[in-house]
Amino acid sequence: MSTITMTPGRLLRWKPQVDGRGLLTTTVKLVALPAAGILVFLLLWSAGARNIDTSLGQFPGPLAVGEQFGALYTEHQRSREKEVAFYERQRERNARRVAEDPGYEPKIRDYTGKETFIDQIGTSLVTVMSGFLLAAMIAIPLGIAIGLSPGLNAACNPIIQVFKPVSPLAWLPLVTMVVSALYATPDPVIAKSFINSMITVTLCCLWPMVINTAVGVASIDRDLVNVSRVLRLPPLQHVRRIVLPASVPMIFTGMRLSLGVAWMVLIAAEMLAQNPGLGKFVWDEFQNGSSDSLARIMAAVIVIGFIGFLLDRSMLQLQRFFSWDKGTATH
Amino acid sequence: MSVLLDISQVGMEFPTNDGPFTALRDVNLKIRKGEFVSLIGHSGCGKSTVLNIVAGLHRATSGGVILDGREVTDPGPERAVVFQNHSLLPWLTAYENVELAVRQVFGKTRGKAEQREWIEHNLKLVHMEHAMQKRPGEISGGMKQRVGIARALAMQPKVLLMDEPFGALDALTRAHMQDSLMEIQAELNNTVIMITHDVDEAVLLSDRIVMMTNGPAATIGEVLEVDLERPRHRLELAGDPRYNRLRARVLKFLHERHGGSPRNDSTSKTSTTRAAADEPAVHEAEGVESAA
Ligand SMILES: Nc1ncnc2c1ncn2[C@@H]1O[C@H](COP(=O)(O)OP(=O)(O)OP(=O)(O)O)[C@@H](O)[C@H]1O
Ligand SMILES: [Mg+2]
Repeated sequence: MSTITMTPGRLLRWKPQVDGRGLLTTTVKLVALPAAGILVFLLLWSAGARNIDTSLGQFPGPLAVGEQFGALYTEHQRSREKEVAFYERQRERNARRVAEDPGYEPKIRDYTGKETFIDQIGTSLVTVMSGFLLAAMIAIPLGIAIGLSPGLNAACNPIIQVFKPVSPLAWLPLVTMVVSALYATPDPVIAKSFINSMITVTLCCLWPMVINTAVGVASIDRDLVNVSRVLRLPPLQHVRRIVLPASVPMIFTGMRLSLGVAWMVLIAAEMLAQNPGLGKFVWDEFQNGSSDSLARIMAAVIVIGFIGFLLDRSMLQLQRFFSWDKGTATH
Repeated sequence: MSVLLDISQVGMEFPTNDGPFTALRDVNLKIRKGEFVSLIGHSGCGKSTVLNIVAGLHRATSGGVILDGREVTDPGPERAVVFQNHSLLPWLTAYENVELAVRQVFGKTRGKAEQREWIEHNLKLVHMEHAMQKRPGEISGGMKQRVGIARALAMQPKVLLMDEPFGALDALTRAHMQDSLMEIQAELNNTVIMITHDVDEAVLLSDRIVMMTNGPAATIGEVLEVDLERPRHRLELAGDPRYNRLRARVLKFLHERHGGSPRNDSTSKTSTTRAAADEPAVHEAEGVESAA
């Protein structure tokens, strides 16, 4: 990952060098080599694509995918225009009816057009962040408690070890049924499908955070704990001043792992459960089976990868910002 | 002067996988107010264990420690500890590290400005006023150790406990730190127990040198009064026959006493209370193992 990507971290750390040769090597490393890597990939891809024929036509090459990016964006804009027009028409109609009959109460119906690719990206991002934050709110305090108390650790350890390797897709049916049973309001403010996806994400990204936090807390330098004891820090102060800062690097490592897991889990869950999001987009296109479908799926794949990458980088930046131990916050 | 700290009949057994391990037996030592005592002995004989018992970080399995008329049962700021590897909080600056201690000890009795002054005063005492806003990662080992000492001094402890405070430093820095410590000691006249491996350091700094026999069941083998007048200067002392005699005495002890105490392994006490098991050590080991 370190050699072929042009990471923001590298750019930030990059200091122009005075001597010309140094500058040249840096430019080659930062721009030319990654560019060459991408170029070779594109060439291989288009060469490969030309030789693969599927029942939906030829496998899309980079150009076809690029075209679909354009098409997806145009569709999105057109859908927005339609939405605006829809509300406009509705307002006019209501105004007319009120003019004819002053007692008429105007009704506003929601626009129910098909979600565009960009809407689906938004949905997926919101879902993944909600699930992740919910997991963090549970996992970090729990991890701290487990790390501090050997008894609690012994009690929770078997459960954690068993649930950690469970695939999200195994959880999904259970989550769906439980949510349907417990969240049975006729007019839900938050869509059930959103809650299903979110909870599935939460269940899967809980464990890396719990484990890393607990290990971080339990492996605090004995001397630092002794400092706290000599100072007679009360328990809450002990957690706030010693335990939490000392385990921040490990907590963030867990959070980064979790967010990566969360993003992968979410796409799979959306595909399987037909819940709105990028996963559903991919599935719909697959079912659709038009000649553009594969190119559109490929576009989605690239976007999914890119978002995953950006999420990871954002976590890394957060970690850099919060962590005192700059050594742990690399790549 | 009166006895400030009384270590009497202290014994220590650690529970291990192969049954209890007797680290200390019958350790007796009385320390007067303002006295500087160093503990010297071979590695693993139990020096840190003695210090940790005085600090309250360990509970002795038998006997006890009385400080100023009160029995020591748990750690507290009146027995400040300077650890071997500085143990500063790496996310806090030098100033904040001392501040944490000062706020904890004097937070209720002194105002903000007064605390600030006191923190700066202590950092000046160890010549760290120029690097108050630096974090431990940005300063040298000697400087870290200075901040650690400032933090301990700032608690105004009744006894200052130092576990090989200069062990990790190079010879030159160590000499420098020893001179600093003597200066501070001349000014504050603290009661100090210091562990060391360095015979010269022991003779140079101490009023008394306590020599420990080798473990298991280590105890105090010999106590040596150092009656060299203060202030002491290392260069002048190097040619002083009294200094060399004291030095030779300690060296001789360390070379002769390879065996354990005379009552080794024959009369191990049968009834032991395990109440004082070393909780943090056990905790840490378990936490890492099972959570990994
Ligand atoms: N928590 C523990 N559990 C079991 N044994 C211990 C424990 N702590 C210390 N010991 C044993 O007690 C003995 C004394 O240890 P201690 O750390 O006091 O030695 P020391 O004189 O400080 O050594 P050094 O000079 O190397 O620091 C050693 O043999 C050690 O193995
Ligand atoms: Mg030791």
